Amino acid sequence: MWAYRLNIPSHWRLLSERYRLAGGYCENCGHKMFPKQKICPKCGSEKIKPVELPRRGKVITYTIVQTPPRGFEYYTPYILAIIELEDGTRVFGQLTDIEPSEIQEGMEVEMTIRKVRVSGESGAIAYAYKFRPLE
Amino acid sequence: MQKPTIAGVGFTKITAHWKQSLKDLASEAAVKALNDAGNPEINAIIVGNMLSGIINGQENLGSLVAESIGLSGVSSVKIEAACASGSAAVMWACLSVLSDLFDSVLVVGVEKMTDVTDNEDVTSALATAADYDYEVFFGATFPSLNAMIMRSYAKTYNLSPEDFGYLPILMHKNAVDVSHAQLRFPIDMDGYLNSPMVSDPLKLFDCAPIGDGAAALVITKKDGAKNSDHLVEIAGFGSATDTLATYRREDLSRLRAAELATTRALSMAGLESKDFDIVQIHDAFSVIGYLNLEALGIVERGKAHEFVASGDAERSGALPVNPEGGLKARGHPVGATGVYQIAELALQLSDRAGPSQIENPNVGVAMNVGGTGSNVFVHILRRVE
Ligand SMILES: [Zn+2]
Repeated sequence: MWAYRLNIPSHWRLLSERYRLAGGYCENCGHKMFPKQKICPKCGSEKIKPVELPRRGKVITYTIVQTPPRGFEYYTPYILAIIELEDGTRVFGQLTDIEPSEIQEGMEVEMTIRKVRVSGESGAIAYAYKFRPLE
Repeated sequence: MQKPTIAGVGFTKITAHWKQSLKDLASEAAVKALNDAGNPEINAIIVGNMLSGIINGQENLGSLVAESIGLSGVSSVKIEAACASGSAAVMWACLSVLSDLFDSVLVVGVEKMTDVTDNEDVTSALATAADYDYEVFFGATFPSLNAMIMRSYAKTYNLSPEDFGYLPILMHKNAVDVSHAQLRFPIDMDGYLNSPMVSDPLKLFDCAPIGDGAAALVITKKDGAKNSDHLVEIAGFGSATDTLATYRREDLSRLRAAELATTRALSMAGLESKDFDIVQIHDAFSVIGYLNLEALGIVERGKAHEFVASGDAERSGALPVNPEGGLKARGHPVGATGVYQIAELALQLSDRAGPSQIENPNVGVAMNVGGTGSNVFVHILRRVE
């Protein structure tokens, strides 16, 4: 229940991350991070400003999920990937608009907003970033 | 400083224990360990467990376990560090004994994974070791995150699918004659390669099975031990963390926390990697087993498969690895696993391991990995002459 049913405030409070890739920028050393943390993992500074991260990047590595958790049966098989954005920041999400056989490490992708999960017939429908191949 | 000492060891068989509850398993292992230690007075209990709240609807395992063995009144808590909960419990028991405030501490690692209902599948439960907001929300499973590490490692070092098969094949071979092991049958390379994909490129036979089990240790000071014929010293321990999420690591083909924990444990023990005579690695997934061997300083990065393929890791080899079958075949009841690993080492270092006994080991090491390497514990054990 706890994993399958999405708690709405837990999604709502992350909408800027999930809709706009809002991350953090360290004013001391210039490091960018996703998500924003209280303290910079590189230099220890507390001077972290919110920043919108670039929406384009490339696939670092990926997997094709054949055994899903509850709630993701509909999407199976689906592709999960680590993406390195143009500024070097890394994010994780699903790839979309692509067949598993077409994926390659290094391929260029861009962020898009898609339906990520549905909690049963009457539960919340959550939209968030996915990544699709760059034309 | 007097090092913490293992005075008693106990564990259950690992399987789907349909007739036994979490409490039954924990108390069975605890009583065996207490008897093995000559039933000393216990000052504290530390329970290692990951999933009891989710799967069994039961938290407060400190109280549950104490009561189940007639020790209500004793200080008792549960410690959680995902799949490394068991060795986290052992480490905090060592610290308790080293504090001089407690003389004898009982550690119980327990996991009862088969009690799931329709509402909580084991896949979702295990995924709580990862970052919920930034991984699991998007459909990440625990195997899928390890699959990305596997793909990355294979690409970095140019490994073939076969290269990952050597470790599970050896683990299954080792478990055949081990009575408490869960999967007591051999597999071959064809069987490995043809096992179903769980999360490409990770196959079913890369993954440890789901099972129930409990393991327990009595940790005390050498001078206070009642049964002194089979004491084993915990010469050093170390733990370290890394980012909760896998994607937030710069290099996916190494485990930084495992390297740090190893350095800390070796430093405390005053030993080097070449001093190991027997190794317990966390082969929940083949690639994690390989990364453990590399983090422990046993092999160069990218060479772990060659080491295992060469036969050096066999029971009769130069440096036996998981002679009882490891997580893959002995079994991996997640929160209990770290305690099993250290219990297996303690038996080996007191020549009590039965069919899996290797010849005269002096120093052993156990590496237990929480998450995809986000929380790692290393214990180094030494024979007491
Ligand atoms: Zn900084």
